[in-house]
Amino acid sequence: MTDLNTGDAIPELRVTPDKYLPHRYAGASGDFNPIHIDPEFAKAVGLPSTILHGLYMMGLVARSATDAAGGDPKALKRLSVQFRGMGAPETEIVVSGTVKSVDGEKATIDVVAAQGENQTIRNAEAEVQL
Amino acid sequence: MTVKTEAVGKEWPATTYEVGKEKIGEYARAVGLDNQAHFDREAAKAAGYRDVVAPPMFCVVYSAPALGPAMFDPEVGMNFAAMVHGAQEFEWGEPACSGDEIITTSKCLEIFEKDGKGFYVFETRSVNQDGDEVVKGTWTNIVRGV
Repeated sequence: MTDLNTGDAIPELRVTPDKYLPHRYAGASGDFNPIHIDPEFAKAVGLPSTILHGLYMMGLVARSATDAAGGDPKALKRLSVQFRGMGAPETEIVVSGTVKSVDGEKATIDVVAAQGENQTIRNAEAEVQL
Repeated sequence: MTVKTEAVGKEWPATTYEVGKEKIGEYARAVGLDNQAHFDREAAKAAGYRDVVAPPMFCVVYSAPALGPAMFDPEVGMNFAAMVHGAQEFEWGEPACSGDEIITTSKCLEIFEKDGKGFYVFETRSVNQDGDEVVKGTWTNIVRGV
């Protein structure tokens, strides 16, 4: 059983998605919204350029919470997130979290994903089985 | 302008998705997972799974198609040009493994207006071939300037 205690910080996950990551994620997920893969389209709708898929960043949050619980994919029981800032490719994403509570074999972890000061995912709460 | 709410409670036809080993691997590589249980049958079985196991967030691959008709339904009437994916929640049950046939239904839970924004909340429920619930998703889309 993984040992997590209330107040513990979980290991930080740092990932810098390369320029073509949104293309690979689009293929993997089936979400080909052009705001993620076509810079001209993204600019035409008022974005600085292509943006990361929110669900890709949620995937990183899931990865971080799963790792904190020992790495077994079925350890993650629930994950809720709010998408706020837009994520950009070629910029480091830092996923960090703190154990909010531990109840028997279940722990609740508060998680944030950010690019610098820009919190792309906030108020994320993961429930994991220890 | 106010949001239309007649679609609240509406359900849309189920979609079926057959989970495949290579698709799981493609998704796992895209999000940077290296657990061999997502790639290798023997590693998955050694970890106690029936077959290569999907990462939890792979649920977007098999559950999102059920949401398409809901989001594009004129009765829902979402303005896509001003829409953002505001929030997301998943609750997982039985893990999804290669070879599973997953059936997903979608339903409109809530439509409401707050601070000049329209909130459209949908639920998807995915069950496998044995009738076990694999994941329940709550999808919140926010439309500015309704």
